[in-house]
Amino acid sequence: MHLETDVLVIGSGGAGMYAALEAAKAGSSVILADRSLVGRGGATVMAMMTVAVALGAQCPDHWENHLADTLAAGYGLCDEHLSAILCEDAPTRILEMDAWKVGWAREDGHIKQAHAPGHDRPRCVYVDFLRTGPAVSKTLRTQVIGVPEIRRIGDLMIVDIALADGVACGATALDLQTGNPVTISAKAVVIATGGLTRMYRRNSASLNMGGDGYALALRAGAQLVDMEFVQFFPIGHLAPRLVGLDPIMWDPFRYKLGGTLLNGNMEEFEQRYATDAGRNDGKYILTRDLATYAITKEVEAGRGSPAGGAYLSFRHVPEADLRRAFGPVIDTLAANGIDLAQRPIEVSPIAHYHMGGVCVDTQFETRVPNLFACGEAVGGANGANRLSGNGITECLVFGARAGLNAAQVARRAPQLWKPAAAAPALDLLARRRQSRDLNPAALVTTLQDIMTDKVGPFRTAEKLDAALAAIDDLTVAIGDAPVAGNTSFDTVLIDWLDLRNMLLVARSVVLAARLRTESRGAHQREDFPGLDPAWLFNQVLTLGDSGLELAKVPVARPTKAAAEARA
Amino acid sequence: MKTTLIIRRGSAQEAASHARFDVPFAPGQTLLDGLRWIRSHIDPTLSFRYSCINANACKECMMVIDGSVDYACTTRLHEGEMSVSPLPNKALIGDLVTEIAPPDERLVQRSRKSKT
Repeated sequence: MHLETDVLVIGSGGAGMYAALEAAKAGSSVILADRSLVGRGGATVMAMMTVAVALGAQCPDHWENHLADTLAAGYGLCDEHLSAILCEDAPTRILEMDAWKVGWAREDGHIKQAHAPGHDRPRCVYVDFLRTGPAVSKTLRTQVIGVPEIRRIGDLMIVDIALADGVACGATALDLQTGNPVTISAKAVVIATGGLTRMYRRNSASLNMGGDGYALALRAGAQLVDMEFVQFFPIGHLAPRLVGLDPIMWDPFRYKLGGTLLNGNMEEFEQRYATDAGRNDGKYILTRDLATYAITKEVEAGRGSPAGGAYLSFRHVPEADLRRAFGPVIDTLAANGIDLAQRPIEVSPIAHYHMGGVCVDTQFETRVPNLFACGEAVGGANGANRLSGNGITECLVFGARAGLNAAQVARRAPQLWKPAAAAPALDLLARRRQSRDLNPAALVTTLQDIMTDKVGPFRTAEKLDAALAAIDDLTVAIGDAPVAGNTSFDTVLIDWLDLRNMLLVARSVVLAARLRTESRGAHQREDFPGLDPAWLFNQVLTLGDSGLELAKVPVARPTKAAAEARA
Repeated sequence: MKTTLIIRRGSAQEAASHARFDVPFAPGQTLLDGLRWIRSHIDPTLSFRYSCINANACKECMMVIDGSVDYACTTRLHEGEMSVSPLPNKALIGDLVTEIAPPDERLVQRSRKSKT
């Protein structure tokens, strides 16, 4: 089957849906493709709480204050052009979402803004109760459905970007229901596939977040940046087993109700690490990287909770206050046998977000003409560590920008499609074979173990070398020809295609982490503790004829003249 | 602990068949955990929809469990036998996967013949 459109958007989380809306508004026909159901998979729907924006609704604010906090959290590595766009455009997008009735929580007649860690003032909007992500997804989905120029297609997995003389001209996809290939010609292509946290055993994302977009970009000739920086969320739910809620749900509880982190000996320990790191601001909040460090070190010292994390206690909070703050969530907890007034729960760091991603310019275009990226798939805006609340903000802001720019390119670009553009991917799919010896689902769990045990938040040369060797072995094991089950909804083939992407992306993370011989933000080298000013560089990856190549590049900062002109 | 999952397999074009899988589990684990365990330990061809794993955010893993429609991600495994089959009122694609997308979000926008 062959489809034709002006703009192809890959992925229908918040970034993809916003890109589709803006592209259609600018006059393009759009195909919004998702490997799952439109607006249901990905990370947006999983977001539980805060969205950072300098609205000035709670107290006076300016986007440059938001920018200052974003840059400080990023430890000097932010692409400041992208960070500035993120912060400057945020109020427009958040107010547009408000007009679309997303339902931001209100107080005294204004949108309520909460004070999240790392921010200098209350800045984060949200939807009660823990409904931010579902509300954002639903709102955008409603908007998208109202636009006839946007064709939504689910169960469609993109295998590779199609190129005509080095220019993006569409994609080759797999119809998951039939296993048949589908080719799509497009004047511009937008990657909105989110991050890579599925590569880790414990993660707060979805099945779809295996880093496909990074692999698509690399193979198309685009570059990746900052791949060593994987953010671990410090207080992911660990025990007792909890279902029906995202494991990162405890953060909003802490913003609203306090909540005390205790080690296995029931002692508080956060202040100790805050003081050690010179970051004790008296507010009892550690940034995500420091809290991850603190919990991991307590466990290593034999002071972990029984399941291998820390306790989080709300026993000091009266039951009526718990109910007032979280209403129906308290019932979901009760169904899981959790009574916060009686017993603490256990938490530990969980893979949450990827700072790195596809290199784009301020038009959100990659170095491959007509190939764009947006949302978490983009690298650079958050440097070495993302400020809390910037995840949804960047997906809305970058999605809108990328969609608009893609439409502008599509308006003047000819349709460059030719059948040869799809030939390599079609050939790959045609080489699928059955194999009883290979279980791709098992190999995905093997890769998750490798990444968790060797490429977690704390790294050493020895662990990273071992990870690279194991990734080499897995790459040999899966071979060059896809393994398929030849069933309807062929999960064996889907896993093989995912592994093809995940192994390339895992290698990118390990190679970048191995070279960076310092500790900065989310990348902590136990054999190279502390910041090294000589490493105030980004690392950029390219897929060449001989494999992945790395280069050190200076951090993108506005020139002084540009900054003054802006002021 | 151990449960036996009796799963309706095959596509709409095939005669219904049922497969039995013995699955070990710890208290608190869910049917989705069990199905994923089968894929990585016994049979990777078993297909079912899910995206968000256990948050009940994506709502994709709805199926018939012990005779009632429910989500695999929030239904706990229990000892003995559990029967699992695809949604009866949706077109069957394969194993536990049914066509649950709205008609205008499908690649081929004609409806399939439902077979239950």
